[in-house]
Amino acid sequence: MKTKEKNVIEIKESNWSYRKGTILNTKMMTKTEKWFDIKLDDGELGHEPGQFVQVELFGVGEAPISICSSPTKKGSFELTVRAAGRVTNQMHKLEKGDRVYIRGPFGRPFPVKQMFGNDILFVAGGLGIAPLRSLINYVMDNRKDFGKVDILLGCKSPKDMLFYDEVERWGKRMDINFACTVDKGEPDWKGNVGLITTLIPGVNLNPERTYAVVVGPPIMYKFVIAELLKKNIPERHIVLSLERHMKCGMGKCGHCQIDHPKNYYCCKDGPTFTYDEVKESKKL
Amino acid sequence: MKYHILEKKNLDCFIKNLLKKMKVVAPVERGSGNYSFAEISSADEIKCDYVPTILPPKKYFMPQREKIMDFKEDGDVKESCYIDGEKIAVFGVHTCDLSGLQCLNIVFNDKPVDHNFLMRKENLFMIGLECNKYCDEYASCALVNAHLPNGGYDLFLTDIGDKFVINVNTQDGEDFVESIKLPQASAKDMSELEKIREEKKKIFKNEIDVEPSKIPQIFEKSYNSKVWEEVANKCLSCGNCTNVCPTCYCFDMEDTLNLDLKSGERIRKWDSCQFETFARVAGGENFREERSMRQRHRVYRKFKFPVDKFNRFFCTGCGRCSRTCMAGINLKEILVKLAEEVKF
Repeated sequence: MKTKEKNVIEIKESNWSYRKGTILNTKMMTKTEKWFDIKLDDGELGHEPGQFVQVELFGVGEAPISICSSPTKKGSFELTVRAAGRVTNQMHKLEKGDRVYIRGPFGRPFPVKQMFGNDILFVAGGLGIAPLRSLINYVMDNRKDFGKVDILLGCKSPKDMLFYDEVERWGKRMDINFACTVDKGEPDWKGNVGLITTLIPGVNLNPERTYAVVVGPPIMYKFVIAELLKKNIPERHIVLSLERHMKCGMGKCGHCQIDHPKNYYCCKDGPTFTYDEVKESKKL
Repeated sequence: MKYHILEKKNLDCFIKNLLKKMKVVAPVERGSGNYSFAEISSADEIKCDYVPTILPPKKYFMPQREKIMDFKEDGDVKESCYIDGEKIAVFGVHTCDLSGLQCLNIVFNDKPVDHNFLMRKENLFMIGLECNKYCDEYASCALVNAHLPNGGYDLFLTDIGDKFVINVNTQDGEDFVESIKLPQASAKDMSELEKIREEKKKIFKNEIDVEPSKIPQIFEKSYNSKVWEEVANKCLSCGNCTNVCPTCYCFDMEDTLNLDLKSGERIRKWDSCQFETFARVAGGENFREERSMRQRHRVYRKFKFPVDKFNRFFCTGCGRCSRTCMAGINLKEILVKLAEEVKF
């Protein structure tokens, strides 16, 4: 036993060390999505819009989660978690005051600086609003750096809508055009009913100076991108955030590598990509 | 470059001296024509004339299951990260496997560097062994130029009859050779070594009818090839090909709790891109659900992606993937078929 211990070398600079934090607040947003506001012991998370963190639940495992708050918000950061797998289901049991363990932030952020001075069209489907919100709120807080801003939001039904209060405020602001639609309405729903693609033809845009930022499930990308291309938005102005299972966040473990003739790790080269970078992939 | 001589009859003395300083692992016979690297206590156990071992020596650099952290819930979670720091000499590593370790070394030195791999590497004393002839028909080391030593070792042995010529590549190697007072190679020994290298030029020739310089162009055009369907029709998705590959390093992380439910460990374990679940996400979406996509991915990770990123093939020609495949998928045949298809 003694000789064994002699051979153990402690690694000070481990790739797997955690940053500790405390949950300041939580809220069930829908039946399956829970929102967390988290403060780290060591200060600001230091992220940029579009990045993600790894959340560790010791004994259960780790899950990559998009950061849904803008870096312009100080003091804490926010995550919206869908109970989809082993770790995320367990995360839903965490409440205010519970300790959390974080690695990150990881990933290539949205190309915010390239977008300065351009019009922005946001297209969010379902949980896609979570990563996109980090950029939407950044744009709101730096509104004059950008041109015209359009937000299109789609979800399954009115009760699946995330950030409902915030969405309502976006609808009232004069400096953004906002539209939302649900796949299936309810009796008291007064908004649009139909797929998100139905909203795109109605948007008035100047394709050469518009960045379209699209986040949603793989099936949505296919149809939304087709509509955007019809509007003559250049492929390199269509920005996506792809979902993969990033297990390490360091471009090593292989799980998140995109099925593509070029070498793209979603965790390091992404999760944000322009459409021209990844268009050869059969499933975005 | 310094060269020393080790008489074959003194090999056991050489091993015994190594054992005084560290654990020694070497190729040993496992039956049915299989070999593996395992701990030895004398030279009698070593098989110098061996077909590539079941697993490559990457298992000492990145173990199949590696504890990377202990965690303890003690009010707040406390973690400690460490590696097993035992010094090990790996004896008898072929040039294909030395080349494989260099590939891993490149990957794990790419930022952020992998501290576990690099610290393990520090504790490994590498002793290479030259192949004077082919191990078997699966090898394709000449295609990827891995049939000759290209660094990655402390000492490198070449069999010149009744003795080994030892090429000393590092100060650690030099210190060991000096400590056991091995004589320097004579001019005659050196000409013997030269003769073997000349002889090898006649034996080791590109094993397939495809120019290595053309391979990047072939893979530019092969993404939608029908070859992937053909391979998929045979493939069983067992993951053997990736497990035995000296340059495959994909991994998974696993948490286990101890019985007290307050402490446990995080484990890094080998994973395989051939498994159906490998690219699946929690919502159920699978980004490489077809076998053809997974096989294509494996081969692209040897001949396309690393060429773009690191300017080298991540195939060392060891032939393990083809040798071990239960369904008879042969890497050399895949390359030939792809080349035929794009008509090079």
